[in-house]
Amino acid sequence: MMETMPIAVVEKLETGIPGFDFISEGGLPRGRTVLVSGSAGSGKTIFASQFLVEGVQKHDEAGVFVTFEEHPRDIRRNVGTFGWNFSELEAKKKIVFVDAAPDPAEEITVIGDYDFGALLARIEHAIRKIGAKRVVLDSVGAIFGHFFDGHRVRHELFRIATGLREMGVTAILTAERVDEYGEIARHGIEEFVADAVIILRNVLEEEKRRRTIEILKFRGTSHRKGEYPFTIVPNEGLIVIPISAVELKQRSGDTRVTSGNSQLDAMCGGGLFRDSIILVSGATGTGKTLLGTHFVDGGAAAGERCLLLAYEESREQLGRNAIGWGTDFDRLEHEGQLRVVCEYPESASLEDHLVRIKNHIEDFNPHRIAIDSLSAMERMSTTRGFREFVLGVTSFIKDKEVTGLFTSTTPTLTGGTSVTEAHISSITDSIILLRYVELYGEMKRAITVLKMRGSEHDKDIREFRIDGNGMHIGSPFRNVAGILAGNPMQITASEMERLDQMFPEGTAL
Amino acid sequence: MSEFVLKLYVAGRTPRSEQSIRHIREICDRDLLGRYHLVVIDVLERPQLAENEKILATPTVVRELPLPLRRVVGDLSNHERVLIGLDISIPNDEERGESE
Repeated sequence: MMETMPIAVVEKLETGIPGFDFISEGGLPRGRTVLVSGSAGSGKTIFASQFLVEGVQKHDEAGVFVTFEEHPRDIRRNVGTFGWNFSELEAKKKIVFVDAAPDPAEEITVIGDYDFGALLARIEHAIRKIGAKRVVLDSVGAIFGHFFDGHRVRHELFRIATGLREMGVTAILTAERVDEYGEIARHGIEEFVADAVIILRNVLEEEKRRRTIEILKFRGTSHRKGEYPFTIVPNEGLIVIPISAVELKQRSGDTRVTSGNSQLDAMCGGGLFRDSIILVSGATGTGKTLLGTHFVDGGAAAGERCLLLAYEESREQLGRNAIGWGTDFDRLEHEGQLRVVCEYPESASLEDHLVRIKNHIEDFNPHRIAIDSLSAMERMSTTRGFREFVLGVTSFIKDKEVTGLFTSTTPTLTGGTSVTEAHISSITDSIILLRYVELYGEMKRAITVLKMRGSEHDKDIREFRIDGNGMHIGSPFRNVAGILAGNPMQITASEMERLDQMFPEGTAL
Repeated sequence: MSEFVLKLYVAGRTPRSEQSIRHIREICDRDLLGRYHLVVIDVLERPQLAENEKILATPTVVRELPLPLRRVVGDLSNHERVLIGLDISIPNDEERGESE
């Protein structure tokens, strides 16, 4: 019997909330009531308000805001910090408030049976008045405070949810929850809006606050699983960072661009791939910033715009360094080929940095992005948060044919890998190592291309030196082993011969 | 001049609505002889009035005058408690002592 029933396809309603429509695979289930549950301060009201504002601004859909807790006046003021002018939208008949907040000055006595017929009538009236497609009820938990009969209140809220569905509007119902990982919502609210549940979290993790959003269920339709980080930004609102699937995506084009150093291009088999991510790893002073400068210079020479995000040095210091290597940042900036953004990593959370980077990318539309250094950002984050940050940056530039060069600092002077590499190596397309090599009581510098996805590359570990024109890559270290391990040993001629016999194809270092 | 102005908000002509209308009329007739003005409002017909007065539940009876406003929600089945809820004291009411 069931087999013959036609399968109802649940359509989606694009919310317009950045990133959310991606993780929800198209938005909220249209015509349904969605429970948005979260602890105090998790961003429920912002999410709900943004749902209405984006509806008006991006889809010309009017919305009704039913408030159970805060006075409309307070909500207008609070959402003003995100640049949303509710008063104006109300004047244009795009948003209407239904004020169901209690008046503390007024006493209410309950005698006998009652229902929420008046509230439902008011909501219906408001919806009809402006032809609303979106409705928000924020936060329904508060109503349990005025009417103590929990069973009755649940039943009446169920009636309202049913009424909303009959009117064909898409509704968000917010509710409080106590624990970040506990029951879905207080008062068992999820029981009557079981179709779709979204959870907002604000978890303390390794002494850092981390906001995430999770779609727990969308009955009858698909969505992405798991927690996604989000951030709340003044003048923008809530931004979900859709990190997934980035890892699986790989370089698609074969177009090569210069690294700014012809010898390094040669080591990479003819240059870097245009839409690839290159990680440059090395101890302090090995030349990472120099490689970044070459990267900028090479881009500018080819007529490309470059965005340089510097988290370790001041603008002045960067400029002086670059001049010392023959690149004039001031001139490039003046000509619009370069934008240098210098910020202290600690000046904002990683999520906020991510949003700033996104804005720079959208605003400046660069061909290249250099981040110097990623490790500076790693200092102030959890392992997972950092990984998501890198995934986030990567996701912004991957489909835009932008080349990204990220630097990372290794903790030890010789050898070793940075924690950064371990966390993000699977995201990067290429890895270039810069190392100090102590030989004959002298510090030399070495460079090698460890990985070059989709291309042949030079496997040698080569010596390089730095002068007023930048980096000069020389010949390979032929009779030294253990450079990458940080324990270089000179190999005698007879040892070389023995190694050659072990690997007849001649692949020994 | 009526001393008490009462407004009863109901949602449609349901048994509960009818019951609350009957109860409030009984209270008015018995305890507020000639001293009241009662208006019954169906919120399904006049939702804007419910909006203006921020009525959530039905039935709700509001004592608009004398101030301050008092509200009683429910089917009003208990007359004594309705009078207390609306803060209407009845002079020479012999039943009042019993209910305390």
